[in-house]
Amino acid sequence: MITLSIARTLRPALAALALTSAVFLTSGSANAMKIQSVKSPGGIEAWLVEEHGLPLMTMQFGFMGGSSQDPADKSGVANYITAMMDEGAGDIRSADFQEQLEELAAKMRFETGRDTLTGTFQTLTGNREKAGDLLALALAKPRFDGDAMDRIRGQLQATIQFDAKDPDKIAEQAWFETAYPKHPYGNAVHGTTASTTTISGKDLEAYRARVFARDNLKVAVVGDIDAKTLGAFLDKAFGGLAAKAQLNPVAALDPQGGPAQKQIVMDIPQSVAQFGQIGMKRKDPDFIAAYILNYIMGGGGFASRLMDEVREKRGLAYSVYSYIQPLQQSSIYMGGVATKTDGMDKSLEVIRAELTKMAKDGPTDEELADAKQYLTGSYALNFTSSGSIAGQLLGIQMQDLGIDYIETRNSRVEAVTMADMRRVAKKLLHPDQLIVTVVGKGKPGVAQN
Amino acid sequence: MRHIRSLPLLAALTLMTVQAPLSTLAHAAAPRAVEYKLDNGMMVVVIPDHRAPVVQHMVWYRVGASDEVRGKSGIAHFLEHLMFKGTEKLGPGQFSKIIARNGGQDNAFTGNDSTTYFQSVAKDRLPLVMDMEADRMANLKLDVKQVETERSVILEERRSRVENDPGSQLDEQMRAAMYQNHPYHTPIIGWFHEMQKLTREDAFVFYRRYYAPNNAILVVAGDVEPEDVLKLAKSTYGKLPANPATLRAERPTEPPAVVGRRIQMQDARAGQPTLVRHYLAPCYAKAAPREAEALDLLLKVLAGGSTSRMYKALVVDQKVATSLDGGYSGEALDSGRIALFGVAADGVKLSDLETAMDKVIGDVVAKGVTAKELELARNQYIASYVYESDGIGALARRYGWGLVNGQSINDIEDWPNRLKSVTAEDVKMVAEKYLNSKASVTGWLEPPADPAKKS
Repeated sequence: MITLSIARTLRPALAALALTSAVFLTSGSANAMKIQSVKSPGGIEAWLVEEHGLPLMTMQFGFMGGSSQDPADKSGVANYITAMMDEGAGDIRSADFQEQLEELAAKMRFETGRDTLTGTFQTLTGNREKAGDLLALALAKPRFDGDAMDRIRGQLQATIQFDAKDPDKIAEQAWFETAYPKHPYGNAVHGTTASTTTISGKDLEAYRARVFARDNLKVAVVGDIDAKTLGAFLDKAFGGLAAKAQLNPVAALDPQGGPAQKQIVMDIPQSVAQFGQIGMKRKDPDFIAAYILNYIMGGGGFASRLMDEVREKRGLAYSVYSYIQPLQQSSIYMGGVATKTDGMDKSLEVIRAELTKMAKDGPTDEELADAKQYLTGSYALNFTSSGSIAGQLLGIQMQDLGIDYIETRNSRVEAVTMADMRRVAKKLLHPDQLIVTVVGKGKPGVAQN
Repeated sequence: MRHIRSLPLLAALTLMTVQAPLSTLAHAAAPRAVEYKLDNGMMVVVIPDHRAPVVQHMVWYRVGASDEVRGKSGIAHFLEHLMFKGTEKLGPGQFSKIIARNGGQDNAFTGNDSTTYFQSVAKDRLPLVMDMEADRMANLKLDVKQVETERSVILEERRSRVENDPGSQLDEQMRAAMYQNHPYHTPIIGWFHEMQKLTREDAFVFYRRYYAPNNAILVVAGDVEPEDVLKLAKSTYGKLPANPATLRAERPTEPPAVVGRRIQMQDARAGQPTLVRHYLAPCYAKAAPREAEALDLLLKVLAGGSTSRMYKALVVDQKVATSLDGGYSGEALDSGRIALFGVAADGVKLSDLETAMDKVIGDVVAKGVTAKELELARNQYIASYVYESDGIGALARRYGWGLVNGQSINDIEDWPNRLKSVTAEDVKMVAEKYLNSKASVTGWLEPPADPAKKS
């Protein structure tokens, strides 16, 4: 919408944030959603919400693994495979495959993060079976033809080159490289020009065979389909996959090397920074409290302290935020800010001061009450389309939170006390340990705090 | 980043694709809007959708950046920011805090022709947000200090969106070159040097002139009954007086296009060399019958996605581009735009990419599209319509954009029928008429020849 219009705020579009913020039911809602746990005749499980109002179905599914399963010397394999999934399968070559998808008006999209590779599949009810055949072929028998591999390689490498000039992307990648040396989380999800040059169809097939497996699969379906029909559909779509995945172990590792401040020199009028430290694991009993704390600190838009102090009071930035990113083998409390060159020191100073203050005193009673009201009250807003509901259901499964999570989540938020918040603020926030990466004008080199 | 120039384009396309039911399938699935008018002239549009107990509440003002007085660029957007600074009743920043405290989300956006404020809330909070939105329509309060601070924020916003992004700078330059006289020339966010001088008084002048119920459209989508919304509207917005002075100044129009324009930018921050081509086109509200619909279909066939002619020719066959995209955006009050976007393959010169692109364009101008291509494109629109009806945000925007840009509800809902009536001859005709190099701007963005010098 940028050319059409410009919005007042940009909120970071982060899967982790969406997943964790989104699972609150309005209690007593007349439209309470019914989640069915479906098991196909072939043993594939899915969560289903039937919604027959529109003749369409959205299915989201995910495999554990993501880019952390890339071979050590070939970063970018998982990302490469996501771009190849509609480039031909079985006997159908790329152009025909895409044309058939279009004729059926089906949508198939894949993406990868560090821990998970996910797919979204949408079809109109009338075309469901034919579209499902294409999906099944793509998952089990992708072609990875040489000409398509080369074409997609060109696109991926162009992306890598654009990212190499994008201040936000540079700051983020520098942060991960600093925090996760010699660990898969430190590698660029997109890979590098060098790594993508060496990746072949065989590498993609090897990844697919290891990761795309039924015991490694979670599925969420929302829309115009009943449980019985879905059972058969699941067997068709995923039945061709191996029974068991063969994932390489990923070492547990907290972000390393803090405190650190790294300046990457770039001739731009506005500097951007990423700051981060050890976060909170998703399975930690204090995660919910940490999540509320982040809402108050920097996750809650105009309700957050960072926005208030950096933007509203001082006009230093348009965008300032923080979030908790729980990974399978790590967790990060991360934030970002963008400000004119000579505003960066001040912005970081304000951010550090706010983190310090929060660690020392915790939030106010009013902040905690407001946060709880927002987090519990806004639940329903994340369930307003088939796609958003499917996304929530998949996220809950991928994080292994249980099918009753939606029902229990609100009361768990409510149960967090001020004592919890103060304890967790001290436990979570370590402004003296921040790893900061800044891209912009300024002195080169690495300065330790 | 590579998407920055193509994504907005696609967003615009998306809006166009969802206007109304196309097939009986889509028809059955389409919620229909109900329209009222308050005594003070405010339009009220309700789109019931009872699938989730939530509502999307939007107020669309018929005023945007292109209504600014010359020299005050950015004031429409600046005012949009300042609208969150409080009223006689509400303290600074309280608006968003109260929405959040009620489990809601809110935001706003400014366009060339409109300014929109919206909230997503549980349905029982609708009276609250209507009360608050009506309050700030009439009772804005601004203190000088806050205006100063917020001006720093919009300058940072401009640095983020434009100064820090050469692709965005190219787009701004191309727009300025395309529109030589019409205010679409000026960026929505404003020119930096003019934004620096915007004052509290500038904001109030704009506010007093344009923010009034008779210049606004209320759109509510979600779990509501139309009569209930009307009742609430009467007791909130309905109490505000109309302002007869909201009339928009007539906008200058474009002279005939004499020659195509070129913007060649070299920037150390550019990635792979990129080619962008824009053509001036009519918008939905002002196009001759079926022209805008034919442009949608033409651009889908020509450059929409990996099955398009241009992708196949430039990316798959000739391998002169790694990415290729394009589309028509017609959601505007005065004028639309055709945009094509390509990233050069390694070692390919932009001039060669441009030659290859022009050949595909020349071919479609000379021969038009096939019946099969046309049908496939239509098919895509049917699906998009259904997919995008699946969400109250998209529903509310569908109507809001159409209405604020001069279409009627009937125009919006009749869109599929018009689309159905488009023939291959119509498509050929708009190709000949609007893929006209005289009314085009071509943009090149690439790194300097010797990047070592600059970076």
